[in-house]
Amino acid sequence: MGTNAGLRNIHDKSMPDASLPALDLASVSYAYGKRQALDNITFSIQAGRFAVLLGLNGAGKTTLFSLISHLFATRHGRIHVFGHDIDRKPGDALRRLGIVFQARTLDLDLSVQQNLAYHASLHGIRAREANQRIHDLMKSIDMSDRLHEKARSLSGGQIRRVEIVRALLHEPSLLLLDEATVGLDIKSRATILADIRKLVEEKGISVLWATHLIDEVSHADQVIVLNQGKLVANGPVSDVVKNAGAETINEAFSRLTGIVALQTGSRV
Amino acid sequence: MTDIASQRPIVRSRFGIMHYLVCLKGILIREGLRYLNQRERFISSLVRPLLWLFIFAAGFRQVLGVSIIPPYQTYVLYEVYITPGLCGMILLFSGMQSSLSMVYDREMGNMRTLLVSPFPRWFLLVSKLLAGVAVSIIQVYAFLFIAWFWGVKAPPLGYLLTLPALFLSGMMLGALGMLLSSLIKQLENFAGIMNFVIFPMYFASSALYPLWRVQEASPLLYKICLLNPFTYAVELIRFAFYGQIEWTSLAVVCAFTIIFISGAIIAYDPSRGLVIKKQEGGTN
Repeated sequence: MGTNAGLRNIHDKSMPDASLPALDLASVSYAYGKRQALDNITFSIQAGRFAVLLGLNGAGKTTLFSLISHLFATRHGRIHVFGHDIDRKPGDALRRLGIVFQARTLDLDLSVQQNLAYHASLHGIRAREANQRIHDLMKSIDMSDRLHEKARSLSGGQIRRVEIVRALLHEPSLLLLDEATVGLDIKSRATILADIRKLVEEKGISVLWATHLIDEVSHADQVIVLNQGKLVANGPVSDVVKNAGAETINEAFSRLTGIVALQTGSRV
Repeated sequence: MTDIASQRPIVRSRFGIMHYLVCLKGILIREGLRYLNQRERFISSLVRPLLWLFIFAAGFRQVLGVSIIPPYQTYVLYEVYITPGLCGMILLFSGMQSSLSMVYDREMGNMRTLLVSPFPRWFLLVSKLLAGVAVSIIQVYAFLFIAWFWGVKAPPLGYLLTLPALFLSGMMLGALGMLLSSLIKQLENFAGIMNFVIFPMYFASSALYPLWRVQEASPLLYKICLLNPFTYAVELIRFAFYGQIEWTSLAVVCAFTIIFISGAIIAYDPSRGLVIKKQEGGTN
């Protein structure tokens, strides 16, 4: 995904707002009626970092994503994207966000090209420029030949990769991916994760990667652990492991979330 | 967005009018493509009013005589009388179809791609509304084209003059559909909309019979018809076919359009909206 000349430098760290945190949450809480989904969440992600949001199902990851992407209003606390308050200046903040939702959001009855062109228009990108970016990005993931096929004909992994291309079309500075590899085979998972890590390295784009799969965490990542709506850990992998009194991130996650370590094959 | 000379990014501070037009065009194209991909939707949207015209109207022609009432200057066939109502019916069903598709989009997740656009929420919703209205107006003219061969003919200029009335009525009914989509929790609940919104609105109006006949039969139903905004949409269309403006209908349709659009915008506003409550328990 990273060999595309058309995108070279567009996520350059020298962007004017790159000195600000890519994402800054301060005391964010959210409740569905009486059920507290998020409780006083505070953390920041620096520009150009790959941050992993770890949590079991029901931890509050999707609620947090819905708040960051302004699908829900932040009733308690503040969320800033590169210094822009998501509730006070949603347009400025959303322009810098690329989002891959947990649920598949391509229109299956439209072609890949039509889906991507629609997204480009939702960001005010004119047809000629949009077509160039679509061509470049699809080429970078070796899927140029699938452009005119219906989204319905793609595999789960291919749909995900097209959704990532879609999220990158408007050249965001912060990419949010909510359980992007759920339901995919090992090869597709590895490919997508490698693509995203390459984006961070080569383009300096910031990433918030929500998952419950420990083996997607790497040594250099910032790890944010949510459990039952509460932030239970935040920092570099080594700090999270040390503070949890564990030896691996797998063990640390198990301790922090109160589960027995069942997962094997953790790389960290 | 990228400066070719320096290959440095340019972060737009604000969207200009051209960006808004690009966004509107994209939403219009998507709605059009979806419509073209659903041929059965086009056919069913035509079959419904044509059945009313070919069978119901022909059957009731002798039973339901229509006296000379404005805007008609002579006796008209019953088919001619109900044609504006059938145009309204297409707009009504189309508006509700848009409502259904928004609920579907919300369940499938497609709605999120629209709502996370950096353009103002009101603009996105109005654009979606305009796209739905454009599609429904095409359906109306397709129906009128077939009706013309059936002998139901308006003055030639009427076909053009009725366009603004169709647009306004379509906006009102589409906005109602959009508002309802924010209230419907699941796709399965759409049957309720049919029973509690579409049929009462259609039958308790001047679409099928003149209001003076309704008044004779039931004063209560007559009052209900007067409270029904669909009555005014039908009358606006009916008068427009003859190059006339029914001012009361115009005012009522405009007022309800504003009310329904405002309601939909509030409902889809994340800070005040009702849509958010539908998510309860559905996220993690």
